[in-house]
Amino acid sequence: MRYSGFKVIKEALTGHKGWKSTWRDPEQQSHYDIIIIGGGGHGLATAHYLAKVYGEKKVAVLEKGWIGGGNVGRNTTIIRSNYLLDGNEPFYEISLKLWEGLEQDLNYNAMVSQRGIMNLIHSDAQRDAFVRRGNAMMLNGADAEYLDLDQIKKEYPFLNFDDARFPIKGGLAQRRGGTVRHDAVAWGYARSADGNGVDIIQNCEVTGFRIENGKCLGVETSRGFIGATKVGCAVAGSSGRLMAKANMRLPIESHVLQAFVSEGLKPVLPGVITFGAGHFYVSQSDKGGLVFGGDLDGYNSYAQRGNLPVVEDVCEGGMAIMPMIGRARLLRMWGGIMDMSMDGSPIIDRTHIDGLYFNGGWCYGGFKATPASGFAFAHLLAKDEPHETATAYRFDRFEKGRMIDEKGMGNQPNLH
Amino acid sequence: MIINHPLLGPRDSAEFVYLGDANLIERPDPEAETAAREFYEYAYLRDNPAGEHRELWFHEAGDRSWLVVTRNTLTHEISDVQMARDVARSKGRSK
Repeated sequence: MRYSGFKVIKEALTGHKGWKSTWRDPEQQSHYDIIIIGGGGHGLATAHYLAKVYGEKKVAVLEKGWIGGGNVGRNTTIIRSNYLLDGNEPFYEISLKLWEGLEQDLNYNAMVSQRGIMNLIHSDAQRDAFVRRGNAMMLNGADAEYLDLDQIKKEYPFLNFDDARFPIKGGLAQRRGGTVRHDAVAWGYARSADGNGVDIIQNCEVTGFRIENGKCLGVETSRGFIGATKVGCAVAGSSGRLMAKANMRLPIESHVLQAFVSEGLKPVLPGVITFGAGHFYVSQSDKGGLVFGGDLDGYNSYAQRGNLPVVEDVCEGGMAIMPMIGRARLLRMWGGIMDMSMDGSPIIDRTHIDGLYFNGGWCYGGFKATPASGFAFAHLLAKDEPHETATAYRFDRFEKGRMIDEKGMGNQPNLH
Repeated sequence: MIINHPLLGPRDSAEFVYLGDANLIERPDPEAETAAREFYEYAYLRDNPAGEHRELWFHEAGDRSWLVVTRNTLTHEISDVQMARDVARSKGRSK
């Protein structure tokens, strides 16, 4: 069933009796060509591109709980492609291009809103670094724009420009960046994958892998064994737990990141602002809430909730750069589990086990990567070779010294 | 979280800096034949368990000692705190 304005009017006039379930609730088959573990944004996107672009017919997505219940429903919905390094920027730029065509591709309103993102600059050294980044972005076909103080004062007059420690000197803007309704991304990909024949099996927890002679033959689940020619894992924060069942240790630690939303307000904030020096970023949702966040709590966690010192730190950052935020009341706060990798960049690669593939290490940048991650992982699963924009995202880069470390932090995951 | 420091008693975790898995004090032997592989695993691979986790915390805003904290990553409950130097000495390291 295609969604359209005509369909909405027709259903409105006929008592809304013609709407069908958005996706099926199928029984699992005994064997699939490809099984994706994890019904989050990346897993569902992978299934969509496998079925629609790569023509795979027998694909299943296995989800422990309900689809879209993990990080794709817990993030702060920002999309952008403002990276510096060659291993990253082409990948995130293709992701942004896929976002731009996503709603037509899926026939689903994901509320993709290119309202722009701006990183604030406070010193000469930071200006040099951001101008260099902007140049790297433009060399890779992305858009970047240096904003001087007067432009920022015009667009965001409410910011605290004269803070003693971090006075605002300029900004790096990416006008094509913005926000997307995150749940709709999961639902849109699920609907499209389902429509192209993918079985989405919810409440099906993978409890182990069946591996014989170095080859993965399928997965043991809470609903019994399911055979597969290829198994792809896309479980983000649970990567360590899942891959331990295949006796793999990963270059990943799981950390908790908190996010916050205020009560609904009239429109005050046209785009996304990041205040990196104060560990704070903010945007305004279409419902009116100010959506903001900051740093990781900083310790290993699978708890999906954080502690109060970081709440205080994030709110201090908000008060420092945007004092009017102090007049808004906090409505909700929550935590998600980030798969923090050792260099801050992801992995989309085969494992040493035949037929077992891995997608993870997204740190806290997984949401914006959803379409490209799905596309590149689908490419890898279908063709057994990395997608041209994801050739650097290999397991062996740590052993070979080819880290993709945007911030130059080294192997300290809580600093990326 | 409150960390029960063996010398100073209960302290707010905000006084500490977190490093990571306590295995980081078990540095491999650089003279070993397999040193390259072992250092790669030491530096980059983690068990990352959901449950009990032994980890290193540094009391930066306190007495600047390193602690080995045993903490549950599912509940954040801390069940044991030791001085890292005592852990190292108990394994015959240091003096």
